[in-house]
Amino acid sequence: MPKITLAGVTKRFGALEVLPPLDLDLADGEFTVLVGPSGCGKSTTLRMLAGLETISGGEIFFDGRPVGALEPKDRDIAMVFQDYALYPHMNIARNMSFALRLAKTPASEIEKRVKLVADMLNISHLLHRKPSELSGGQRQRVAMGRALVRDASTFLFDEPLSNLDAKLRGKMRTELAEMRGKLHKNMIYVTHDQVEAMTLGDRIVVMSEGRIQQQGSPEELFKKPANMFVAGFIGSPSMNFITAVLEGRGQETFAISPGLCVPVPSSAAEAAGGREIVVGVRPSSIHLEHPRGIPIELRVVVSEYLGAQTVVAARTPDGTEVLVEIASGRRFCAGEAIIMQIVPEDILLFSKESGLRI
Amino acid sequence: MSASAFNRATPYIFLLPAAVVLAIALMYPVGYMVWASFLNWNPSQRIGEAEFVGLANYARLLSDMQFRESLTVTLAFAASVVSIELVLGVGLAMLLDRKIRGMSVLRTLFILPMMIAPIVVGLMWRYMYHPTVGIFNRTLKAIGLEPVPWLSDPGWAFVSVVIADVWQWTPFIFILSLAALQSLPSSTMEAARVDGATRFQTILYVKLPLMMPVLIVTALLRMIDAFKVLEVILVLTNGGPGLSTEILALRISRTASEFRELGQAAAMSNVLLLLLMALTAVMFVYSKFTEMRSRRQVA
Repeated sequence: MPKITLAGVTKRFGALEVLPPLDLDLADGEFTVLVGPSGCGKSTTLRMLAGLETISGGEIFFDGRPVGALEPKDRDIAMVFQDYALYPHMNIARNMSFALRLAKTPASEIEKRVKLVADMLNISHLLHRKPSELSGGQRQRVAMGRALVRDASTFLFDEPLSNLDAKLRGKMRTELAEMRGKLHKNMIYVTHDQVEAMTLGDRIVVMSEGRIQQQGSPEELFKKPANMFVAGFIGSPSMNFITAVLEGRGQETFAISPGLCVPVPSSAAEAAGGREIVVGVRPSSIHLEHPRGIPIELRVVVSEYLGAQTVVAARTPDGTEVLVEIASGRRFCAGEAIIMQIVPEDILLFSKESGLRI
Repeated sequence: MSASAFNRATPYIFLLPAAVVLAIALMYPVGYMVWASFLNWNPSQRIGEAEFVGLANYARLLSDMQFRESLTVTLAFAASVVSIELVLGVGLAMLLDRKIRGMSVLRTLFILPMMIAPIVVGLMWRYMYHPTVGIFNRTLKAIGLEPVPWLSDPGWAFVSVVIADVWQWTPFIFILSLAALQSLPSSTMEAARVDGATRFQTILYVKLPLMMPVLIVTALLRMIDAFKVLEVILVLTNGGPGLSTEILALRISRTASEFRELGQAAAMSNVLLLLLMALTAVMFVYSKFTEMRSRRQVA
């Protein structure tokens, strides 16, 4: 399995630069997820890795070998497309074996490999059907199967689950995670869904506007987001941001916003570089009761009962919207004033100007 | 009539005028032709005065060597033009199915021949084929080659009319193939690239099979047209030399106007009509078949 390196790779369509120079190292045998909102350049990056899109600058290396000018077939990759891209006129067995037949693999070998993969994906009974006779989930499996049969060293996934309904997506996600454990291949997976990214990735690369915002393990991204974009993108419901003013009181400095007063270490206050600072709190870090909690004054706007938990949308006295996720049990009425507690360790501070975490 | 029965009849009452017009405009001439094919009918007679001869006109067709020759020429002509046009049209579509600057202009130029009236096409090509002043022979002469008897040699005359028809009708197949190509899902072509297919293999194993339904219908439409072609050949060769380019439509027109045998001409027309109906039936059955298959796949 090659170590994949992108060195200053750029993409331009005419005068429009869609991808500023991008540097990325993907370790051997890792499951990397490229995640970001639509238009962030993640799919373009994947398509350049696949060789379906030319690179306008920089170079891609597989184990130190430049591959930027190679055709997809010469890169030892397999790809799963968002719309599956099955061959409509071939039955499933022929869809899966197309690459092997082109490579003039012996028929007995082809049959063996198709059967192996079909058994693994539970699609053995579908081998003689045409793609149009299959459900979305089954087509998805076939698309995976077609990639797996190739036994390529690198697998590329372009939002493979986004055409499935929510329930099926969850199921396929679990199966993918299971498959990942068995395969030990390079896998590069593009998605806009941060839940997929968190559950599947060994490493997540968060992109926005063509730039890498942060890369790291799911825990790192969740606990130590580099900036407000990552903090807001990773985690669901997304993080609350409350703008506060820094104020010294005696020895200590506090970030003060109507209804909230957070003690700020002096080093952080200096790093903020101005009078204002952004306090970031995850909805799950706000509780009804907490022995050492920092109180926050809220007025309930609406409460969404989700079964195990309730998501409360509330406002601070100055109108900043705050989401709170708490275990169900207590009902909230719209307009109800309430004081909740923030777990102090869970508070993140961001510079108001740069958006970077302090 | 009760109110509900009247309500049910309403759509049919509305349809009636159209049905009557259709019956008269479509069925009457066809019926007239079928009836005429059983008569020994000279244009100077009224149809009522013509002698009824039963199937004699058809029987005569069977032994009529000239009719058989015509039929052979027609079949050979249709088969040649349709196959050449298919290869050229699909090939051109494959070549031009890409993003090149000025492509829309190029495409418009390609379909220009189709917009010219056939009679004009015939005249144009007749001048180009002219043995002494035509562009082809002058060019051949200029580069030191022997002139070709384009329209005066039976073999060459057939080739010449085929060339003219191919020139005019390849664009028809070209635009339909191009439309079919451009409606193919791009991700499937990308999947083929990732799977290791060369450009040629993608065409052979993915594009052509996916275009097949469109190609079959296009070929049938062209086939039906080729069976009925008249003007270009009429102007170019008038069926000659000998009978080498006398296609069925021309034979029918001559039988009626020159030989004054309306009954015989009607019988020939009916044979042509039956041939075309058989082709149309093939097309219909094919489209029904694919429709049924896709419906079964959805269920």
